[in-house]
Amino acid sequence: MNAIASLILSGGAISMLVAIPFLAVWALPYVYGIHLEWLFGIVIPYVAVIIFFVGIVYRVVQWAKCPVPFRIPSTCAQQKSLPWIKYGYAEKLDNPISTAGVVGRMILEVLCFRSLFRNTRMEFGTDIKYKSAKWLWLAAIVFHYSFLIVLIRHLRFFTEPMPFFVPIIEKVDGFFQFFLPVVYQSGPLLGAALTFLLLRRLLDPKMRYISLPADYFPLFLILTIAGTGILMRYVLKADVVSIKELTMGLVSFRPVIPEGISVLFYIHLFLVSVLFAYFPFSKLMHMAGVFLSPTRNLSNNTRIVRHINPWNPTVKLHTYEAYEDDFREKMIGAGLPVEKQAASPADKE
Amino acid sequence: MAKIPESWNVPTPEGLTKEVDHGPLSLGLEKGWMRTPVEIKPGMHCYAALPKRSVALDMPYPRDWSAMDEDWKLPRNWREIVLEGFKDRLDRFRTFKLFMDICVRCGACADKCHYFIGSGDPKNMPVLRAELLRSVYRKHFTTAGKLLGPIAGARDLTLDVLKEWWYYLYQCSECRRCSVFCPYGIDTAEITIIGRELTNLLGLNIDWIAAPIDFCYRTGNHMGIQPHAYVDMIDFFVDEIENYTGVRVEPSFNRKGAEILFITPSGDVFGDPGTYTAMGYLVLFHELGLDVTWSTYASEGGNFGLFTSNEVMKRLNSKMYAEAKRLGVKWILGGECGHMWRVVNQYMGTMNLDIAEGSKMEEPVSPITGTKFENAKSTKMVHITEFTADLIRHNKLKLDPSRNDHLKVTFHDSCNPSRGMGLFEEPRYVIKNVCNHFYDMPASCIREQTYCCGGGSGLNAGEDMELRMRGGLPRANAVKYVHEKNGVNMLACICAIDRAVLPNLMEYFVPECDVTGIHEMVANAMILEGEKEKTVNLRGEPLPGREESE
Repeated sequence: MNAIASLILSGGAISMLVAIPFLAVWALPYVYGIHLEWLFGIVIPYVAVIIFFVGIVYRVVQWAKCPVPFRIPSTCAQQKSLPWIKYGYAEKLDNPISTAGVVGRMILEVLCFRSLFRNTRMEFGTDIKYKSAKWLWLAAIVFHYSFLIVLIRHLRFFTEPMPFFVPIIEKVDGFFQFFLPVVYQSGPLLGAALTFLLLRRLLDPKMRYISLPADYFPLFLILTIAGTGILMRYVLKADVVSIKELTMGLVSFRPVIPEGISVLFYIHLFLVSVLFAYFPFSKLMHMAGVFLSPTRNLSNNTRIVRHINPWNPTVKLHTYEAYEDDFREKMIGAGLPVEKQAASPADKE
Repeated sequence: MAKIPESWNVPTPEGLTKEVDHGPLSLGLEKGWMRTPVEIKPGMHCYAALPKRSVALDMPYPRDWSAMDEDWKLPRNWREIVLEGFKDRLDRFRTFKLFMDICVRCGACADKCHYFIGSGDPKNMPVLRAELLRSVYRKHFTTAGKLLGPIAGARDLTLDVLKEWWYYLYQCSECRRCSVFCPYGIDTAEITIIGRELTNLLGLNIDWIAAPIDFCYRTGNHMGIQPHAYVDMIDFFVDEIENYTGVRVEPSFNRKGAEILFITPSGDVFGDPGTYTAMGYLVLFHELGLDVTWSTYASEGGNFGLFTSNEVMKRLNSKMYAEAKRLGVKWILGGECGHMWRVVNQYMGTMNLDIAEGSKMEEPVSPITGTKFENAKSTKMVHITEFTADLIRHNKLKLDPSRNDHLKVTFHDSCNPSRGMGLFEEPRYVIKNVCNHFYDMPASCIREQTYCCGGGSGLNAGEDMELRMRGGLPRANAVKYVHEKNGVNMLACICAIDRAVLPNLMEYFVPECDVTGIHEMVANAMILEGEKEKTVNLRGEPLPGREESE
């Protein structure tokens, strides 16, 4: 599968996913008088959320059930050895020896993308040079945190009264106070970061070569979700009151389909449902997987504490006795001590 | 410029670098990697294992075969064997299962691999090396892959795919540099290790690994040196040391009741320049009056089992504790070796500590300084640079670093003690105390970001010289940099494979630079009790400014 085919496939899939709710919610009532809002507004979101949670739990349990036979952290700093060799905070975090160090390392990894921060770019010529390359790290950080803020802002639709932090986040997110309604920076930032990640995939020949449809699809999907959301908020001005009636109905398990909700909302909701349902089966599971990664979440203390392998195999060994039997005469000849003396010629008969 | 031996079959360094292209694919119209079949090139792979290598260790399907042949003489049900082995390992290694599932192909690892940098072959990008296995995983072990096939990045396990696995699994030196940069810690070495276990189910090892493990199992060391020959080699060093220093050292072998058992890679006993490092150990032990013994049974620190399967690794490693127990030593001192220390630090205790039960082993304490090596409390094995750094710190060695004044030294961090242990300061501390001129290479090429010598994980054969030179390119490039900037003429390392591989690499790229182990330099700087006036070093080379005046 080359890049063009991958793009066509993922792009086509997204178009279909947009077309389905559009046709079902917008066209069907006109043509056949059939109303499917309940399907797209109630049934599919419920199913998607169930798949999301059950799927993630299932995948994590599958991973967790799998044993960790060896303790193999990637040690990215000086080990703890002699007391006068520096083993400070940086070392404790990049080559941890204690649980606290591991927790610190994981916090840095999960919240700050520590490993990605190391990224360098190689320049190949008559000499090879390495340049710092923080763009990938920056785009990843912007993308993930913008997405998180957008999610938190959406709690407005699912809680009554809102948790105290939602208005605070909104306030901070709309800090620059321009346009009406006030533009939340997380929206454009999310779009910009996603666009960077997409362009990087398309323009760097290495990236284009390794990318699969499964890499383009989530990018397109989240871009479309963000796009429909931004359209609703700033351009087409969705009926927020009715939408909140629907979303509150969902979380209170008394689902209703209020009148007057635009098809754009159903497209947005359907794509979000697709994202939720797709999540457990996709590379997006890295969100949960990073916590279980044995090269990051184990301490480098195997010389201090024995790590147990639950399936430590019993293997055939070549014992010293067998070795001495193989080489006894040569060993005696070389003046090496032996456990058993060489058989006398009489014994040999 | 030194002449490159013709038997290497490699272009000139300039030619080799020139033909590398890291982004040859344009417009996105190229064939995808899944449909680009592997082309097995001579010089870029190692010879197949000879059938006789599999006898002692009972390795399956011994036969004469060659990677260049169309027919690899596989067992008829090879596909079932591999898929069953795959499934079995998915259930036994969380690393394997997780690393099959969570890669997002962000590409951070892509230009971190020395084999990719030096070859430009896209399948040497760590992400693609892993995708070779992941694609089969998706096809056979995930629902989406079964249903959607290539759309889900899945493909069937065919003979071509198996050959592709083999070619690229034996073009990875398990150095773990990519795992440092991966945001999820995906460790390609782990994938390669398990992938190689799968190839071993079909008798597809390379001879450069199969021979050492066979030798090691039978004779105790990779070189296949039998006990009397081992003693002979060391005796030869004893004479050489007396020649050069006037001091006669008296090592002991298989001696019961010694305090310490010393284990080092057999490469140091067999091949230059490792032999000079071995002489360095002998000088150090003698001068300290250390109650230490060598063993002919546990005469190998290295463990090519790591490159074969975890079972073989365990079988070979068991000798260390078995011998320590038999001889009644208190602890084990380990020589300068790379992958040996990954095994000792991350695997040995887990695999074999129960063998040491009931032995006289205890938490290691330096008999010279009284320092407790608390970081080796459980495994009871200490790295020689930890030991020597502690000696120097306590002023227990009489050193004259000016004896190494003709050397301008840089240090090559070996992959395994770096990313599988974190041994960075100890060797540097020792070097700085025995040499007056030390220059580190740039930060992107040392410590946890260090580059492979190009021949790690059993790839240091003679028939894959091109692979070695390509893989060694980033390391050589960094050495060249400090050579031109600081006049560096000596590349120090703490790994026997490095000492076997780097001399060729230097000969090819930086001929002005030689290679040494650290304890060779230590011994050269040591002022020995009763030594004659030093005019030569342990290599018998005259020391500039101290030549014998006739």
